[in-house]
Amino acid sequence: MELPIYLDNNATTPLDPRVLEAMLPYFTTKFGNAASRNHAFGWVAEEGVDYAREQAAKLIGCTEKEIIFTSGATEADNLGIKGVFEMYQDKGNHIITATTEHKAVLDTCKHLEKLGAKVTYLSVKEDGLIDLAELEAAMTEQTILVTIMYGNNEIGVVQPIKEISAIAHKFGALFMTDATQAVGKIPVDVNADGIDLLAFSAHKMYGPKGVGVLYVRRKNPRVKVTAQMDGGGHERGMRSGTLNVPGIVGLGKACELCRLEMESEAARLSALRDKLESALTVMEESYVNGNTQHRLPHVANISFKYVEGEGLMMAMKDLAVSSGSACTSASLEPSYVLKSLGLSDDLAHSSIRFGLGRFTTEEEIDYAIENTKKAVNHLRDLSPLWEMFKEGIDLSKIEWAEH
Amino acid sequence: MAYSEKVMEHYTNPRNVGTLDKNSKSVGTGLVGAPECGDVMRLQIEVDENNVITDAKFKTFGCGSAIASSSLATEWLKGKTVDEAMTIDNMDIVEELALPPVKIHCSVLAEDAIKSAINDYRVKNGMEPIALPKSHH
Repeated sequence: MELPIYLDNNATTPLDPRVLEAMLPYFTTKFGNAASRNHAFGWVAEEGVDYAREQAAKLIGCTEKEIIFTSGATEADNLGIKGVFEMYQDKGNHIITATTEHKAVLDTCKHLEKLGAKVTYLSVKEDGLIDLAELEAAMTEQTILVTIMYGNNEIGVVQPIKEISAIAHKFGALFMTDATQAVGKIPVDVNADGIDLLAFSAHKMYGPKGVGVLYVRRKNPRVKVTAQMDGGGHERGMRSGTLNVPGIVGLGKACELCRLEMESEAARLSALRDKLESALTVMEESYVNGNTQHRLPHVANISFKYVEGEGLMMAMKDLAVSSGSACTSASLEPSYVLKSLGLSDDLAHSSIRFGLGRFTTEEEIDYAIENTKKAVNHLRDLSPLWEMFKEGIDLSKIEWAEH
Repeated sequence: MAYSEKVMEHYTNPRNVGTLDKNSKSVGTGLVGAPECGDVMRLQIEVDENNVITDAKFKTFGCGSAIASSSLATEWLKGKTVDEAMTIDNMDIVEELALPPVKIHCSVLAEDAIKSAINDYRVKNGMEPIALPKSHH
């Protein structure tokens, strides 16, 4: 076992060596521009792209023509939301999303508000799921788009996508989902789920960075988005720019591997995740954040009360994890996702996200358990709050000097 | 952002962790920060009849730099007179631990904790608390 151990697979994943192997020729001998129609170099590159398009389409149950390659999920989110807003502005200007979305969605919506969009930000319940009745109540005749993420990047909860899309469609709105954390990890089927637009990225599923997909439905209904970048009219006019052929080939291979290995991998990872979670929550005052039934198999977000996340991560120095706490003068605010769940600031500051992945072993999880327990105990020995808790002092009754 | 060696050293081997009897007349306690801000420091000093700090203890909830700042503060306090302790400036801590700009607030908190412990001691012993400038963060 090599140290440090990587447990931050929701931030990014390592490239699978099989993906790298598929990509390599497209950097050297097969370097052509996929848009070069009149010679073999172009044709070979185009073949690679076409094959990747098939591989991606198969993973999410759509046709190749519905796959638009982008530079990643952030661009796909931008293109989907801004593109729909522009294309359907005659129909209405109302967009519905949720407070726990990724910044690529939230900030895009905020941008559109300046351009005349009306945006509803649904709050979530304590377990991180949206309230369907609240969604339905927010729908109006002006609603053109509902965009709700598939699986959350911080806590891993999976939203009731089928029910959400049904509500959107009932009111004649389109349904989009940022599925960056879900695609390749759990079954995602655009038809069964009623998805009109979907964004994902290769680097969260053992593919390369810098390449992603926007799925745009072509039938029932035929969805159109206004291009956000002008140029050569690539990707059916929706996304101009010379295709990143090696990246796209890598994305395709990554999709294929995920499709073939998903079932066994999800079972393996959720077993490891459960082992990690149950071993850590036997410690006093440790809590799992988010719904534990409807969630991704590879994420555990745990709050260790009375220790601060960043300080804790320092003690877990052989583990690469992430925390909902950011102790910098630039950002003293803890995770907005955890706060949306109604977590108090101090619990949000005490959270650690463990993101397991394809290359995580049981030996590593065993090590992580021991290492984390030791770190939490060390930090609690240093914590005045832990001491006060142990003395039975109610911390909420203390007048803290806010700073 | 990587931590400096000195921060790592104090963090890994914190000095003077612990608790003094807060009800003792010779002990001053400073509790500063707030859980919702992500850092709380408790710093205690024990003062003898010559106004010399004979012992200092801390406990801190916070990031590594906050823990290191308070650990360093207790180290500096021991053996100083109360008047000398009042002159410890947060920038001395910043310099000693090579704290980056985003962590300066940790040193400010440590300075606040020292002054608040001294004031607690003063009030307990019938002296006027020293007026403190409003916390600068």
